[in-house]
Amino acid sequence: MSIAIKVEHLGKKYSIARGGRKSYSTLRESLSHQGSRIANRLFGAFSDRGGPSRESATKDFWALHDLQFEVQHGQRIGIVGRNGAGKSTLLKILSRITEPTTGRVELHGRVSSLLEVGTGFHPELTGRENISLNATILGMSRKEIRRHFDQIVAFAEVEEFLETPVKRYSSGMYVRLAFAVAAHLDPDILIVDEVLAVGDKQFQDKCLGRMESMSKHEGRTVLFVSHDLDAIQRLCRDAIYLDHGKLAYQGDVASAIERYMSSAGALSADQGLAEVQDRWGSGRARISGLDILNSDAQPVTTLQSGQDFEFRISYTNHACDATVNDIVVSIALANTRRVTVMLVSSDFAGQYFTLQGDTGSISGSIRDLNLAPGDYSITLFLGRASGETLDCMNDVARISVIGGDFFGSSHPGLPEQCSTLTRSNWTENS
Amino acid sequence: MLEKQTLIIEAGRTERHYWADLWRYRELFLFLAWRDILVRYKQAALGIAWAVLRPAITIAIFTVVFGYLARLPSANAPYPVLVFAALLPWQLFASGLSDAGNSLVSNANMISKVYFPRLMVPLGAVTVSLVDFAISCALLAVVMVWYSFYPDWHIVFLPLFILLALAAALGAGLWSAALVVKYRDFRFIIPFAVQVGLYLSPVGFSSSVVPEQWRLIYSLNPMVGVIDGFRWCLLGGQPPIYWPGFALSVGLVIVVLLSGLAYFRATEKTFSDVI
Repeated sequence: MSIAIKVEHLGKKYSIARGGRKSYSTLRESLSHQGSRIANRLFGAFSDRGGPSRESATKDFWALHDLQFEVQHGQRIGIVGRNGAGKSTLLKILSRITEPTTGRVELHGRVSSLLEVGTGFHPELTGRENISLNATILGMSRKEIRRHFDQIVAFAEVEEFLETPVKRYSSGMYVRLAFAVAAHLDPDILIVDEVLAVGDKQFQDKCLGRMESMSKHEGRTVLFVSHDLDAIQRLCRDAIYLDHGKLAYQGDVASAIERYMSSAGALSADQGLAEVQDRWGSGRARISGLDILNSDAQPVTTLQSGQDFEFRISYTNHACDATVNDIVVSIALANTRRVTVMLVSSDFAGQYFTLQGDTGSISGSIRDLNLAPGDYSITLFLGRASGETLDCMNDVARISVIGGDFFGSSHPGLPEQCSTLTRSNWTENS
Repeated sequence: MLEKQTLIIEAGRTERHYWADLWRYRELFLFLAWRDILVRYKQAALGIAWAVLRPAITIAIFTVVFGYLARLPSANAPYPVLVFAALLPWQLFASGLSDAGNSLVSNANMISKVYFPRLMVPLGAVTVSLVDFAISCALLAVVMVWYSFYPDWHIVFLPLFILLALAAALGAGLWSAALVVKYRDFRFIIPFAVQVGLYLSPVGFSSSVVPEQWRLIYSLNPMVGVIDGFRWCLLGGQPPIYWPGFALSVGLVIVVLLSGLAYFRATEKTFSDVI
């Protein structure tokens, strides 16, 4: 076997504006910055605090750091890691869309990358026109397009609609058409990012099958990123686990996923909840622990969308007797932008408790978790319906929602754009 | 396995095969241009009407203001023809510049998902502006027939000046495209610059009305050379070209084009990070 991809000391640095993700500058800012710099130089002594300097307005962020790995020809490698671990950045560098800051990559063979289905598709153009356009964008020559055209159409199952503008296509047809073009690329190395997320299960199987056969029978190398761990496990024998831009593990797919699952989400409280100092409330009773159990009553460290969970909150009781019969327990989950996206409370359910003995626990069951994949921080509240806060801790633990199959279609939703998932059904009104 | 291509990606590595790549991706270039044209004229009726109406109105206004009210000389040609001969390259330049300037941002999605030489995008935009130019040319022919004013042999040089206008549009377009990606508010400067440029260029009047001692300085506007050239070709060698100024304009077009290319190439690799 020979090497297909060799990555050495690869790093990618982004400068991000403080308080926001990467932002583009404006000419106005840049000019006024230059202006104030000149002014500073001229009147340095008088105006040394003449406005925030650019250095403090941005900070460096290494999306990838000193990454090193090799891929052999014919290998099918899955890449796993949480949002922001550098998966997409890696694929973008490998597809030459962006340039690395440090390091070097060698790619042996013709590379096709598929970071999105239907790149360049234009809604006004017909299916036929879009096939040609998209195939050209993906690097097919006109000869290849002509040769594969009928296969593409057959694969997409859109024969009758070839002359229809794709804006009239159903989303399923659109995706099928887009993927069909991609499936007929003829690369030595195929780079695929999360594209199966769209489309129905049956079509996904078809695509996975196609990728598998490309690799098995034709010796293609496949690099595959997906939130759908199941799909990764089916397609790939090996995997790379990225964590905070670094290579955390490379090896067989099962162990990579296992490591990812166990470390990624890890209900991670930095200390026992009883010892947390940063809390407020009267303290007549205190939260001492949080356990999350799945539907088999097994403790879990990550959540999956679409599943049922039980949040078990333990407490120590210092001064609440039986007359305190309006105890309320709440749990809030906030996303990485610190926006609370889920708040469950026994109060909403109209259920109030009395604390029994010195220690005990209260459990809240949630059904059908509808959070999009991502990392969340947990806020816990113990109080009384009458208004007294007994104990409250903000951001005391973190947990990840990974995978899951909320829609029953393996579509993870768009975690970058939404935080909750809702099932829907669509019909055409004609 | 057959002979394989090896690709090395490295920080700051200059793409040795860039120009070869540009050629290799020529089909993509044609497709993008074809897509833009197709989409533009799919809503055809309005598209073409607009391409006719806009120059017609501009010509009418300029003819009235400069020809009848200000009574500026018309170089022996009907005043509307004089204006139209200048409006032709000006429109090519203006639409090429503004389309190219916005082209990267409006194709942002593609740029962040696929590799191809980014130069294709503004190049395609400028090419597409040739379609409106062709419509305007047909319109000029109609106007010339109406006034029974026909060009002579000078017209054989017209392609050279069309190339010059395209070069000016591409040069300015490359600068703007790269600057718009970097500074989003630069986008608002382009239409303003185009508007001001229309009055700074000899579109509504012949550049022969500019006093002799100012003509060289006036030619610092590269479009002066282009427009004078167009008139010279279309109006039978009238008004005669002012050669020192013309050379200066052409030189500046070349400078803008080359520097635009250089700036574009230098910033190209960061486009997908900021777009």
